[in-house]
Amino acid sequence: MRQLMLGNQAFARGLYEAGCAFVSSYPGTPSTEVTEEAAKYEEIYCEWAPNEKVAMEAAFGASLAGKRSFCGMKHVGLNVAADPLFTCSYTGVNAGMVICVADDAGMHSSQNEQDSRHYAAAAKIPMLEPSDSAEACEFVKKAYGLSEEYDTPVIVKMCTRVAHSQSIVETGKREEGKQHPYEKNIAKYVMMPGNAIRRHPVVEERTRRLAEYANTCGFNRVEMGDTKLGIITSSTSYQYVKEVFGDEACILKLGMIYPLPEQLILDFAAKVDKLAIVEELDPVIEDHCKKLGLTVTGKEALPLEGEYSQNLVAEKLGKETPAYKSLEENLPGRPPVMCAGCPHRGLFYILSKNKCTVLGDIGCYTLGAVAPLSAMEMTLCMGASISSIHGFNKALGAESEGKTVAVIGDSTFMHSGMTGLANIAYNQSNSTVIILDNSITGMTGHQQNPTTGYNIKGDPAGKIDLESLCRAMGFERVAVIDPYNLEECDRVIKEELAADEPSVIISRRPCALLKYVKHKPPIRALEDKCAGCKSCMRLGCPAISMKNQKVVIDNTLCVGCGVCEQLCKFDALQPEEVQK
Amino acid sequence: MTKNIMIVGVGGQGSLLASKLLGHLLLSEGYDVKVSEVHGMSQRGGSVVTYVRFGEKVYSPIIDKGEADFIVSFEKLEAARYVEYLKEGGRIVVNTQEIDPMPVITGAASYPENLIEKMQALGIQVDDMDCLSLAEEAGSAKAVNIVLMGRLSKYFDIAVEKWQKAIEECVPAKFAAMNQKAFLLGRGE
Repeated sequence: MRQLMLGNQAFARGLYEAGCAFVSSYPGTPSTEVTEEAAKYEEIYCEWAPNEKVAMEAAFGASLAGKRSFCGMKHVGLNVAADPLFTCSYTGVNAGMVICVADDAGMHSSQNEQDSRHYAAAAKIPMLEPSDSAEACEFVKKAYGLSEEYDTPVIVKMCTRVAHSQSIVETGKREEGKQHPYEKNIAKYVMMPGNAIRRHPVVEERTRRLAEYANTCGFNRVEMGDTKLGIITSSTSYQYVKEVFGDEACILKLGMIYPLPEQLILDFAAKVDKLAIVEELDPVIEDHCKKLGLTVTGKEALPLEGEYSQNLVAEKLGKETPAYKSLEENLPGRPPVMCAGCPHRGLFYILSKNKCTVLGDIGCYTLGAVAPLSAMEMTLCMGASISSIHGFNKALGAESEGKTVAVIGDSTFMHSGMTGLANIAYNQSNSTVIILDNSITGMTGHQQNPTTGYNIKGDPAGKIDLESLCRAMGFERVAVIDPYNLEECDRVIKEELAADEPSVIISRRPCALLKYVKHKPPIRALEDKCAGCKSCMRLGCPAISMKNQKVVIDNTLCVGCGVCEQLCKFDALQPEEVQK
Repeated sequence: MTKNIMIVGVGGQGSLLASKLLGHLLLSEGYDVKVSEVHGMSQRGGSVVTYVRFGEKVYSPIIDKGEADFIVSFEKLEAARYVEYLKEGGRIVVNTQEIDPMPVITGAASYPENLIEKMQALGIQVDDMDCLSLAEEAGSAKAVNIVLMGRLSKYFDIAVEKWQKAIEECVPAKFAAMNQKAFLLGRGE
């Protein structure tokens, strides 16, 4: 059937059609929908794992047991899963195993712009790179065949524009692969030195065979056009090149990005007068071509940073771009903000008011760093808030202990906050950790996690109790607060910062966007009572604005959380029920 | 020849339904179609852009400066923000609703005045309408997206019934009647 499908949805369709039976992933933009869509197929067991390392190891276990398996993650998630990645390259697989990594050039929703293609080369694992939804579906299916034939996991690399663009896919039927019964094989699967030493040459020989295969495989193709210019490209960059050049250039479109072909590239180069490489981020194809002794135009013309587009490719490679009109006006920006009624807002307001040094983490609450709250001073990677507050407080001692907090979401805490907390408990820094428990993985669009009590299908599941967990780690001081209650937040945060031992504060209130959360009527703004003091404006709530020096509430946004009401000394902000 | 429609607005305004509807409709008309969306961080009340491209064969999933045949904007300031993406002779269909961005809320900036007139002064065709009132008239403030689709439909040589069928297939059954009404109000019928 011919359908318009998101790249990630097409990826999931490929998993289904390839007979994949086991999926374990951790959500991360732009990879999340692969697993969400896979979960819609009854034939595939799907789960959210606590983090990417666990997900990859679970997928490896399922492959070992004889089921075609999959794990998906964003680029930075592959850093977390790098440990199993490098060694399952040595063990190889039993049934096919496919890994999705989704890069985010342009950093639409990421903390860095790393290029995951380096991982394929570093771990010596083949990597395929589709350029649209149809290829995503097709490549995933073929990846399983490749995985089983060459006895290796296969990475299928997505990027934001392939993952989050819809294009037409011709869907097919599910085919259950052949049986792969589990067999004990200590020499292949126990990676201790004596065995690993014998597996390394197997990896090298496999890579040699794959490099040979890359010269003739269907993933790479030549599209002949005007021979004055040859362009080697892949992924979404291929689409920009086609848009600009059509058949006014010869194109070598690479779908297999590791290992890269040699003879195919040399033959292509021989047919054209000049050679250009168009690839986002790092010069991976370019460096390979230079190693083959070719002269190419690459990163000296095209940027290392950000996303490409058709105009950028046209401009850098000497083609015309369309004219356009501009407004001579400085327009105010519209950065993302915490939603109206976001439970994080009240807490960050109190942290800001108490002039706390806030070491942050990855999630919606990273927006706590944005004006007017400006209440976060560090964000590095998943779990780093807790690990670094320990180092920060050990370094500064009493100077920082009484005013520094780590903030981390419930899902991020489960992902990689627990080990940092263990370090605080073990090496005893006087640190205060705040777990922002909004009962969901928010940023990536509401995925369940081990603290929510539900699984990926929304069915009841195991539920980890945060209070008991922290106490079991040795924290005597574990407090629970409601971030809508500013007085309580203020009091408890002051108490725990003053305490002479490590403590955990759980700020608990479900995300305001969750369907089951019942909203109150919008807050009423009483113009005659408003003194125009702008105290409420310090919250940075998108539902609150000032018109003619008086507060105005946007009724389409306000969910009646009542946090602003607590800041108004003139009773100008009132809950609906009081008004009659 | 590839046609380009840019849908711009504020995260949470419902642009994904608009692009879904267009994608569905254009596919059923036999075109090659690509739709590119933004997920994640950008959705949190930030400026959002969706690209819809269709034609005999579409390559790039995105629309670049000077390429859009239509900019459909859910909010006035957002229409102005993407003016440079409009092709010579292109048209802007804009909801005149104003949503203050955070720099305006905090007082660091003010909401620009006379944006429609300024765009018109550049020689741009601007079709502006109060979609929020029409959506409320249809039964829900959330139907702004379908009101805009109604207005956009006037510029397409595609039968009204086909748009209505696409709406039926893209929205939950219980909201179908309300959305059909919003669509017709947007068309001015």
